[in-house]
Formats: sequence, structure tokens, C-alpha cells
Amino acid sequence: MEAASAPLPELASVPWRSLEDEASLPRRARLWTFFTTAHVVPFIAAAAGLMLLNPLAGPVAFVALMHAWIIPELYACRGANVVRPKGARNEGGEEVAQGFLGDLLGHHARDLQRETGLVMERGKLGVWLVGEAGALLVSARRVHCFCVRAGDDELPPSDRIAHLLLALRSDETGFTTVANHAFAGAPWRVRRRLEARMRPALAEATRRSVRPPPQPSISV
Amino acid sequence: MGRLIRMDASGHSTLADWTALDEKAYDAAVEAFRRELDEGYIGVVSEGEGHATQVRELPRDADLVIMRRPIAGG
Repeated sequence: MEAASAPLPELASVPWRSLEDEASLPRRARLWTFFTTAHVVPFIAAAAGLMLLNPLAGPVAFVALMHAWIIPELYACRGANVVRPKGARNEGGEEVAQGFLGDLLGHHARDLQRETGLVMERGKLGVWLVGEAGALLVSARRVHCFCVRAGDDELPPSDRIAHLLLALRSDETGFTTVANHAFAGAPWRVRRRLEARMRPALAEATRRSVRPPPQPSISV
Repeated sequence: MGRLIRMDASGHSTLADWTALDEKAYDAAVEAFRRELDEGYIGVVSEGEGHATQVRELPRDADLVIMRRPIAGG
């Protein structure tokens, strides 16, 4: 995927946001790691402190440990939910829409989309997985989860994906900026909360994200 | 031959098609294209895997021009 010739027109609807780029995403990931740590460590410390003070406080310490576990889980769940199909689905035009989406994809991406419901697309920021109402970006061993959707609830599911895919291909930076960043974390944290059929797509995107993009072969 | 389509509830609808030599068909396609822009659609030319370009004018030499709805953070 190459840089866009023109910025996404949708950027006009979020003038307060600065453009996302290769530098801002790792910053976001570090911020999420910081907040997760800030949530977990105090609860674990409280549980340990309570047990040291009085072993009879075991149940309260257990509750504190549960908090330390569940808060990061809820955040990861929020991240995985971005690619979960939502709302009313117009299945009437789906067959036509599926054919059209297939025409936009290569052979492998088309097969993967039919199996997992997600379109894999390599960009300059990383490897994307585009769903009906959101997208995952695997970059630098982190998954960034974005909530973003086409502004027409009547669209069939595959057309919703095609909308997002075309916007992403037109202007990756603009797409990343327009989308709402919902979560960033390690792939295993998101994987556990994804629908089972979507997990192979995340595994493949994670593998591809650590490999350099294929270079076009030059025949002499 | 060029084709102008709009992604909509039916999957997609063909709005116009034209050939480089058929000026009348091209003018009709331009009119349909502008009407869709006025409705808030965005024109995109798909250029194969991984490539797409937004257009504000209908390119005469494009094979396929797609009208899409704007996207927004969910």
C-alpha cells in the first residue's frame, strides 16, 4: 500500500486530532502498557499487603487480585470487540457485495476473508485486519484496535468491509486518524477475546508483521 | 470501458458506463458522478491490490470508479 495522493475527506470531521504515524503508534502502545501496569500493580500490592498484615483478610485480598486480573481483561475485550459484527445486517445484498469485495482482494486475502471475516492488508504502519465495524493493526508486536465504520447502516456486511478497505488504501494515515483508537496490547491478549474463526487471521497478521514485505522480483 | 458504481444496500449499483470514444456516455457518467458527490459520496479508483486513489473528477481512462460513503470512528 502506498501513500495517498490526497488526504481522506473524513479528516475534516476530526480537526482536533493530530495525524497518526509511525511514531505516534508506539507512543500509544507505551501509554496503554503504562495504564495497564498502573491498574494492576496497586491491586496486587494491596492483596500482598493485606495477606502480610492479616491472613484472615484473604477474601479481600482475593477480590483485589480479581480486580488486577479483570481490568486488563476488560480492556482487551473492548479491543477485540471492534471487529465483532454489530447491529442490523443487511444480508439481502451480501452475495453481490461479497463478489465485489473479492474482486478487490488477491487470492489468499479472499480465502482468508471468507474463512475469518477479516481482510488482511499490509500497510506502511503494519499489517491490518479489516472487519465490518473496525480494524486491527499489528505493528511492532502490538495490536492496535480501531473502531471505525461506514456511515450507512443499510450496507451488506462485505460492503462495509469494502468501504473501510478503500478508505485505508486511499490514505492509511488519514484512516488511522479518523478511526477511534480503542486499545493497544500484546496479540495474545486480543486473541483470547476474538471470535474463534477470526483467530487464524490475527495469527497470520502477527507472523507477517515481523517479516519484511515481499519485494517485487526483478527479472534480468 | 469505464464503469461507475455505487456501493449501497443492494451490494452495488451500476450508475453509468462509458468508452473513451463515446463522448455522450462519458458526459452522462460525469453527471451521475457529480450527483453522487453532491449526495455525500466519495469517488475512489481502485488500482489493484493495496492501491486506491480518491478522485474529485471522473477519470476518462479509469476502468472502475467506486462511490463510497464516508467513514467515521465508531
